[in-house]
Amino acid sequence: MMNKRTLDMWVGAFVLIGFGAIMFLALKVANQSAYSLAGTSTYRVLARFDNIGGLKIRAPVKSAGVVVGRVADIAFDNQTYEAVVTMNVGSDHPFPRDTAAKILTSGLLGEQYIGLSAGGDTANLKDGDTLKITQSAIVLENLISQFLYSKAAEGDEKKQ
Amino acid sequence: MMAQGPAGFVEALGGRVNAMVARLGFASRFFWVVLKTSGTSFRRIPLTVREIYFAGVLSLIIIVVSGLFVGMVLGLQGYDTLVRYGSAEALGTLVALSLTRELGPVVAALLFASRAGSAITAEIGLMKTTEQLSAMEMMAVDPIARIVGPRFWGGVISMPLLAALFTAVGIFGGYLIGVVLIGLDEGSFWSQMQGSVDLHDDVVNGLIKAFVFGVAVTWIAVFEGYDAVPTAEGVSRATTRTVVTSALAILALDFVLTAFMFRGV
Repeated sequence: MMNKRTLDMWVGAFVLIGFGAIMFLALKVANQSAYSLAGTSTYRVLARFDNIGGLKIRAPVKSAGVVVGRVADIAFDNQTYEAVVTMNVGSDHPFPRDTAAKILTSGLLGEQYIGLSAGGDTANLKDGDTLKITQSAIVLENLISQFLYSKAAEGDEKKQ
Repeated sequence: MMAQGPAGFVEALGGRVNAMVARLGFASRFFWVVLKTSGTSFRRIPLTVREIYFAGVLSLIIIVVSGLFVGMVLGLQGYDTLVRYGSAEALGTLVALSLTRELGPVVAALLFASRAGSAITAEIGLMKTTEQLSAMEMMAVDPIARIVGPRFWGGVISMPLLAALFTAVGIFGGYLIGVVLIGLDEGSFWSQMQGSVDLHDDVVNGLIKAFVFGVAVTWIAVFEGYDAVPTAEGVSRATTRTVVTSALAILALDFVLTAFMFRGV
């Protein structure tokens, strides 16, 4: 039988290696550096879009490419037939009232996120405010059909 | 004497179901007794530490080697597929997500069941066969508190640590293939991975899975050992049942947990 000290040392080393692996997963593999809403105070901002494309809950809200919040909820308005997107923006990032929201895509086919571009208003957004200026997601199919129509129109002009 | 014909079939079916339900009830009551008497495992820590050594430390080699190879295979196969879509940079994401969410907990638990679970069953079964458990009862030592409890807790503590180690080593294996061998950009390998792996959604959920598998596997192992028919053949059958039942339980639980954790919201 192995003596007690050797046994304790092996088990201690095992537990240390195990926790080391968990720390590695938490710090090196997971996005601890990215914006996390846990523990920070936020304010809610609403925005209405004609089309949100493939936007999902928990998608990032970015301004100038920096993550400043996350999408909290997506709902459908039965009166206006628009999508209502609720975002949680960190309280340490105040935005002017005339901020514009766009739905953008990272990369050509990447995930979609909301881009905020700040306006010039002196008053800042409050909790529960709705953004006035929005731009919907670009749907690839619409873009292609527009392109095809304009090509076809060009062809008609040449014939005449 | 069994009745023949359809009545005999119904009777045989009923007998099997009754036996199964009785066994499940016995296993559940056994689990409850193990939990109730587990105070001993924590008051007499050396007993549990010894079992962590047998279940955890001795499984280190198989876990590290398999983790490394699983990660390297993921790296090769993932690269082969991703490069067709021109997104080889996403290899880090692929390797890390597959390992933290699924392969780490599941494969580590399957290895743990065959390496440590079978050993626990064989040990307890042999103790029962050689009447060591009865001898303990004679000396007013509760065998469940003294023998089963520490083995159960040793396994439950070891399992998440082994799964985390498996995942970490696997990601390192993917790194070896992706960055060192194939020559992907190291920065984008890690940053794409960090951009898509979430601490709570992926890492913590993976550890919760590993913990649940640890409870299931060690529960099955100690129960099969304690319930074994006290003969050489009985112990061998119990050991086989441990590995088979654990594997099925791991895969079934994995499906249930995945359905709850990752619904693609």
